[in-house]
Amino acid sequence: MNRDPTLPILVAVSVILLAAGPFLPRWAMFLINVSLCYGIVVLGMMLLMRTGVVSFGHGLYYCLGAYAAGTLDQVCKISDMAVMLVAAVIVTALASAALGLLLRKYRDIFFAMLSLAFSMILYGLLVKTSSLGSSDGFNIAATKIAGFTVAGTSVERYVRYALTVVCAFAAGAFMYRYLNSHMGRLAEAIRDNELRVEYMGASVRNVIHVNYMISAVLAGVGGALAAIAVGHIDPEMAYWTTSGEFVFVGILSGTSSILAPFLGAFIFETIRSFAYEYSPNTWQMALGITMLVVIMFLPGGLWSLFTRKRKAA
Amino acid sequence: MAQLLAVLIDGLIYSSWLFIIAVGLTLIYGVMKILNIAHGSLYALGAYSAASLAGYWIKQGYPPMGSYAVMLVAAILVGLIAGPVIERGLLRFMYGKDEIVLVLVTYAVFLILEDFVKLVWGVDPYFIAQPYGLLGSFDIGDLTYPNYNLVLFGAAVFIGVVLAWVLTKTRQGKMLLAVIHDREMSGAMGINVGRVYFITFTVGAMLGALGGALTAPMISVQPGIGAETIVLAFAVVVIGGLGSLPGAALAALLVGIVRAAAVHYRPELDLFSIYLVMAVVLIMRPKGLFSAQEARKI
Repeated sequence: MNRDPTLPILVAVSVILLAAGPFLPRWAMFLINVSLCYGIVVLGMMLLMRTGVVSFGHGLYYCLGAYAAGTLDQVCKISDMAVMLVAAVIVTALASAALGLLLRKYRDIFFAMLSLAFSMILYGLLVKTSSLGSSDGFNIAATKIAGFTVAGTSVERYVRYALTVVCAFAAGAFMYRYLNSHMGRLAEAIRDNELRVEYMGASVRNVIHVNYMISAVLAGVGGALAAIAVGHIDPEMAYWTTSGEFVFVGILSGTSSILAPFLGAFIFETIRSFAYEYSPNTWQMALGITMLVVIMFLPGGLWSLFTRKRKAA
Repeated sequence: MAQLLAVLIDGLIYSSWLFIIAVGLTLIYGVMKILNIAHGSLYALGAYSAASLAGYWIKQGYPPMGSYAVMLVAAILVGLIAGPVIERGLLRFMYGKDEIVLVLVTYAVFLILEDFVKLVWGVDPYFIAQPYGLLGSFDIGDLTYPNYNLVLFGAAVFIGVVLAWVLTKTRQGKMLLAVIHDREMSGAMGINVGRVYFITFTVGAMLGALGGALTAPMISVQPGIGAETIVLAFAVVVIGGLGSLPGAALAALLVGIVRAAAVHYRPELDLFSIYLVMAVVLIMRPKGLFSAQEARKI
């Protein structure tokens, strides 16, 4: 029997990241932090893609999670990171439970378009809500964690970073367990042939609904963590191009391993930060070309490079 | 009362615009089953080339009335160049893949063209307002509307009627309907499906560019207009039922009036109202207003 190295790798990388944190330069810490946030969101996209549906509106939950965290700070004057995360989870879980009731009946393009409509509704609302900063958004400050005040530059940065690493680890470990569970295994069966899954007695709609909720909560957590890390949020997080980026990274990464989204997100964020620096006007073009290459030559995503090699050996 | 009239007129103008930007998208989807995100970039390309060519025309001191013809030529040129390049160079290798994969392919094209536009025209906005005011204006009650809006309305009606006529009354159109109905069978009957796709995509691209060219005088042409417009066009097309021409017309009318009402009565709901209509319609009729039933395949 082949032993699956996924979980040990996940543990090892998390421990290394936690230990190396204090010695990292500021930019590297920020880069890793942001790409892990992104990776958590894409992890949810991966689950949806495995189920055979693509959401062009996950910016909705990304934004909702961020605004849940931000509103706590702005309106309720609570700046505790742990509370912010819990709020993001609750808000996105409730929203996705409600919207999932509708979306579970849709497939393919209609799933994509309806989810896009929902995210654009949120965008339209936020842009016109002047108490939340309209299209400029607002700054948020997360200075406490679980009651302890951590304000003070370098400690605060490390705490934010460590929180993200821990959340990413938890999300990855959860997803690993979930994909190997009964429900999780149904996902790919639905993608391959939905009708047969129903004949065998499983409810396709329930599975899609649950998977949609899981991916939504992950997007919310990613959004809240990104908001804490960056310190600023705006409605652009719900715009359809943000959701498009999630889909892009999902395709780039591939769906075969829970590690793929994190790798994909890290590559994506690294390229983005350097491209912004050196050639801000051609970076989307590079993305588009990469996407075409991946779709044409690597339909399984970047991760299939690893698995293919292992099979050959 | 006056406000109600204003809502109706504004709504009609906005509907015309929506129909023009959405019709090419629905045509391409109807025939090729591709939800073309790159339509937004074609719109942007049309707007940019119209703005720069018409701007050049006016700067040279040629008769300003000619700028309309220049804008039209710009749109047709964009369609004739970009359409074939995208279809022959890329999309034809993708036929037969999942619809959702094709959406992602056109999304990639969209990203590439967005930056292409920035590279060619830079990131500063272009203004080409002369054609907008050139035709004078008309009054209804105490409201004044530029006559250019009539051009927009006329163009929408003209495009709709011509397309409907071509589809139902001409030999080419009937062949197109056959391809829509059953691609493989019509291929077996001797219709050159590849050519039908090629022509459809080029015409669709031209319509997208025309939408941009007609819009250029009314807005500041700047990066991001493609992304803004394509989601509106999506909303219209999805509400109407993907691939349906009358559906797109009805949806444009519906969305246009609702948005005009929102702008007049509850301005904070402007953008929100459009997607709300989309969500409500999709909830009531999951595949849009005009859509055919499909059999589930095992």
